[in-house]
Amino acid sequence: MASPSLIPAGDFRSSYAVDTTIFPTKTSRNAAILGVVLICFAPQLLSEYWLSQLIVIGIYGIAALGLNILVGFTGQISIGHAAFFLFGAFTSAYISNKTAIPVFFAIPLAGLVTAMVGLIFGLPAARLKGLYLVIATLAAQYILLDFFSRAEWFSGGSVPAMAKPFSIFGYELRGDRHYFYVVLAYVVVSYLLVTNLMRSRDGRALVAVRDHYLSAEIMGINLTKYRTLSFGLAAFFAGIAGALYAHYQLVVSNEGFGIERSILFLAMVIIGGTGSIMGTLMGTAFVVLLPESMEWISAELKGSAIDRALQLNNNLTFLREIAIGLIIIAFLVFEPDGLAHRWRQIKTYWKLYPFSH
Amino acid sequence: MNTQFLLQLLVNGLVVGTLYGVVAMSFVLIYKATQVVNFAQGELLLIGAWVCWTLLTKYQVPFWLGMPMTLVFMFAFGILIQVVILRPMVGEPVISVIMVTIALSTVFQAALKWIYGVSPQPFPRVFTSQSVNFAGLQIQTVYVMSLVVSVAMMIGMAWFFKVSKWGLAMRATAFNQQVAQSLGISVKTVFAMAWAISAMVSAVAGVVVAVVNGVSSGLSIYGIKVFPAVILGGLDSIGGAVVGGIIIGLLENFAQFIDSEYLHWGNLYEVAPFYVLIIILMIKPYGLFGTKDIERV
Repeated sequence: MASPSLIPAGDFRSSYAVDTTIFPTKTSRNAAILGVVLICFAPQLLSEYWLSQLIVIGIYGIAALGLNILVGFTGQISIGHAAFFLFGAFTSAYISNKTAIPVFFAIPLAGLVTAMVGLIFGLPAARLKGLYLVIATLAAQYILLDFFSRAEWFSGGSVPAMAKPFSIFGYELRGDRHYFYVVLAYVVVSYLLVTNLMRSRDGRALVAVRDHYLSAEIMGINLTKYRTLSFGLAAFFAGIAGALYAHYQLVVSNEGFGIERSILFLAMVIIGGTGSIMGTLMGTAFVVLLPESMEWISAELKGSAIDRALQLNNNLTFLREIAIGLIIIAFLVFEPDGLAHRWRQIKTYWKLYPFSH
Repeated sequence: MNTQFLLQLLVNGLVVGTLYGVVAMSFVLIYKATQVVNFAQGELLLIGAWVCWTLLTKYQVPFWLGMPMTLVFMFAFGILIQVVILRPMVGEPVISVIMVTIALSTVFQAALKWIYGVSPQPFPRVFTSQSVNFAGLQIQTVYVMSLVVSVAMMIGMAWFFKVSKWGLAMRATAFNQQVAQSLGISVKTVFAMAWAISAMVSAVAGVVVAVVNGVSSGLSIYGIKVFPAVILGGLDSIGGAVVGGIIIGLLENFAQFIDSEYLHWGNLYEVAPFYVLIIILMIKPYGLFGTKDIERV
């Protein structure tokens, strides 16, 4: 059963170009292109509800990708990601409202500004080990959220900030069916960018810092530079995603971007697989769709004895949080490589189907 | 300049600060003995407070009996967390362990909200008299009690580590696990004990806060405020944790004074410790009393 997607035993690579290629086989490349083309038809095929879920997965997927650069590739943790996400949202709304810059340019600009702010918080911790960065980002989470509730000129204070809809060449993109393509374009570009980053000299340096930072330093990798760089990149993607979110929702408010949301971003990365680019998207989809499935289960159980005893429907938000926490623990204990690893195992199983080896 | 107000706030700061010190101490205890950064410390406080509240109000247990029962429960609970969740994580990367404790805090937080609801509950009265007069300042009895309990716990902790056999075993393990093991110390037991004692100490702090302010999920903020305190004092110094806690408590209340007298920003009180945290990380990352990490290859 020699199918073209089978990589032959003894995977010999004789040049760097072959070693760093994105798609190992032609089929995998064609499948990826076909996947993107197929998803372009989603607005025509899916209902409003599923489309909005797809958009949310796309937006959070970009933010989680940034976090994965930090957690999965450089081996640092941030528990302030939601604050940077929100910062990007407010910045983009501010730029597009207060200046003549159109939304089209405001989104990448918001990413850059967020990256700058991220660097301010990342800089003290970049000299130190992962633990200190966690604590610095914890401080960032509280300081930034406090700043948003205080700075009325920037975020509107207690009143939510309004964001303009996305427009291109004077043509306004309104509604999910149009906005979907904007998000899709950003998802494809950022995932390609990060995949390419990981093939480059800088990407390999990041991985070296994660695997053994002392050896990396001895080999001439500038630790401070790369830790700061990865932190800046993480904040950049968080900012981009936040800006996309702002112009999708059209209002931005402080609500719901506390530390729980930062933990949710971490959950996406862990569940998807730390250090796996495609896994990030799977993890995001898992985390976004989990509440939906829980609502479905509790709706099924409505009126039954279990429901009456535990009052499931009244406490759905807490149940969701418990589920997220337990799933993070379960993945860390039983499947540290995440869904991406499971997916690879399923693929090899079917490739060799009747035989186990 | 309102001297009376400032003094009142400073007394407040001292009381809250010693509590921070106690929580920070139990945080450092776990960090020193098991190298685990515990993000669920605040939830241990909360669990202790809720358990005590349940015993006192639901089952009408008197306080002198309810408190030891809470402590016994927390002792077992600490061991349970260590054995079931943290023990499989031994040898995993630091980041995974941190993430497990973050997830634990989410689970506890949500589970407690599920069981007890979100609204704060008043704690049953433990003392009869409301306040005592001390040098012209009205100080609530609960504050005096809080201060006394905190200082007693600190002295108890000092005795434990200086004199008792278990404390010495714990210090040996913190110094070097392999050497400790070869000297006949059961490192496994020490790990479990560290969690158990930390959970107990946190529960005492939790009950003290609950007596003063009532029980609510907001109590777990103490677990977050621990970070400025321990970073200030040095992550692996128990004395430093106490000093750091007191400084953070005083600083918070001083910030409130500045805020209400001059700046009128609103909630400077809550964020001031985090600004301090960032500044300390920039200028003195290993804290006032922490050991500087020097790596040799």
